[in-house]
Amino acid sequence: MPKYLLSVWYPPDATQPSPDELARIHEDVTAVHAELETAGAWVFGGGLHEASTATVVTVRGGDVLVTDGPFAETKEQLGGFSVIDVADLDAALSWADKTSRATGCPIEVRPFIEEPGA
Amino acid sequence: MTHPLDEAAIAQVFRREFGQAVATLTRVFGDLDVAEDAVQEAFVVALCKWPEAGLPPNPGGWITTTARRRAIDRLRRESRREERHAQAALVERPGGASEEEDAFMHDDRLRLIFTCCHPALATHAQIALTLRLLGGLETSEIAHAFLVSEATLAQRLVRAKRKIAAANIPYRVPDDAELPDRLRGVLAVVYLIFNEGYAASTGDAVVREDLCAEAIRLGRLLATLMPDEPEVAGLLALMLLSAARRPARTASDGSLVLLPDQDRSRWDRALIAEGQALVRACLRRNRPGPYQLQAAINAVHSDATTAADTDWQQILALYDQLMALAATPIVALNRAVAVAEVHGPDAALEVVDGLDLEGYHLFHATRADLLRRLDRSAEAAAAYERAAGLADNTAERRFLEQRRKLQLKTPPT
Repeated sequence: MPKYLLSVWYPPDATQPSPDELARIHEDVTAVHAELETAGAWVFGGGLHEASTATVVTVRGGDVLVTDGPFAETKEQLGGFSVIDVADLDAALSWADKTSRATGCPIEVRPFIEEPGA
Repeated sequence: MTHPLDEAAIAQVFRREFGQAVATLTRVFGDLDVAEDAVQEAFVVALCKWPEAGLPPNPGGWITTTARRRAIDRLRRESRREERHAQAALVERPGGASEEEDAFMHDDRLRLIFTCCHPALATHAQIALTLRLLGGLETSEIAHAFLVSEATLAQRLVRAKRKIAAANIPYRVPDDAELPDRLRGVLAVVYLIFNEGYAASTGDAVVREDLCAEAIRLGRLLATLMPDEPEVAGLLALMLLSAARRPARTASDGSLVLLPDQDRSRWDRALIAEGQALVRACLRRNRPGPYQLQAAINAVHSDATTAADTDWQQILALYDQLMALAATPIVALNRAVAVAEVHGPDAALEVVDGLDLEGYHLFHATRADLLRRLDRSAEAAAAYERAAGLADNTAERRFLEQRRKLQLKTPPT
């Protein structure tokens, strides 16, 4: 079955949620993950620390360049992701709907390239 | 067949059968490109054979069978990667006569419509796919109608088909839970196609008429495939009743003629009768929706033998119902026109001034007309000027500028 990356994007105007809100979001997201597991659609995923904790490694002409990240300085930030394994895009979109409700963030759905013979 | 089967006649037959053939082949081969290419190849075969052999008794069946054989041949020739497609398709199904196959074919076009109009595709891609795959229009024709280059349009189609394949957009009719939302999307695409053709614009008039005809054809197809959906009938009725007025909408010099000034003897009575019958059927069903209500409003207009005979009370009541279902500023603006007729231009102006439609040319045109009726000439002229500045179509702009000049000639009272 096709796999999809569901990535959680913090919009540019997002404010840091209060501890209470964070706890609720965590609970809701855990519930969606559990539902995905029960449905046999869960592959892998998790939340990410903020983009300022990222490091970028670039190899150019044999030299390794390590820089303070993130790679793309965008106002939107990748907050976390799930990889799911479902029948088709409609199924992936309905999981994205649930994830968006749980996180309060837009979810980008992107198909994985299918490995030949997989 | 008494007509000579020249290329144009064959192209016409293909265009009529294109959607069904592509839809069935997509189900069989699981790939839009394979299906489209195969039907195109069948066209080349038909160009060779039909002029001599004559039109086959069942042209649609001939096209699907020929295209299917072509696709199998091609897949056999191509890489091993395609083997499973070919294998799947090589299993010969019972001929098109079986009931099961008929039911499949019936649903194939619905599957294709819902795939072409999938919400994960951009609206312009949905429109292009629908016209190309379901309507059988050439890429050049679609590009011409939408005033984009053929290369741009071809790229849109390629990108959309690539996304359908890569993202696994399913080839199926949505289930009951999703259907209302998804159907709304499909109807919106058909109505956009119609409006693109209906708007008197700078584009080629013939191409635009073709778009209206194509939208109506799609509307009829949907009405056949989904007879229990009242909004499908509503949209078809709305398009028929609008198209009926088309001959009266432009004067011989190409300028725009508004509804009150139209020569109603030029309205197409057959289209009106068909549209009104659909509206009556919708009323009996009593499951109103935005398209049905707009169709009903148009039905009231088409009932009036002169503009003065228009039953504005009823139109206002229908607009009130429409506002309850879909309270958009555009609906409110159109309702204001009925308010002006029932309660006077003063009351209507009050409604219009409360709307946030600053960037919409018809907002200013409607305001201008109300101001004109209230003898506020200078303000009317300014509003006409604003409307003309925002209108992006030549006929409308010319019309608004003329109106503005008339206001300047009228001394303020």
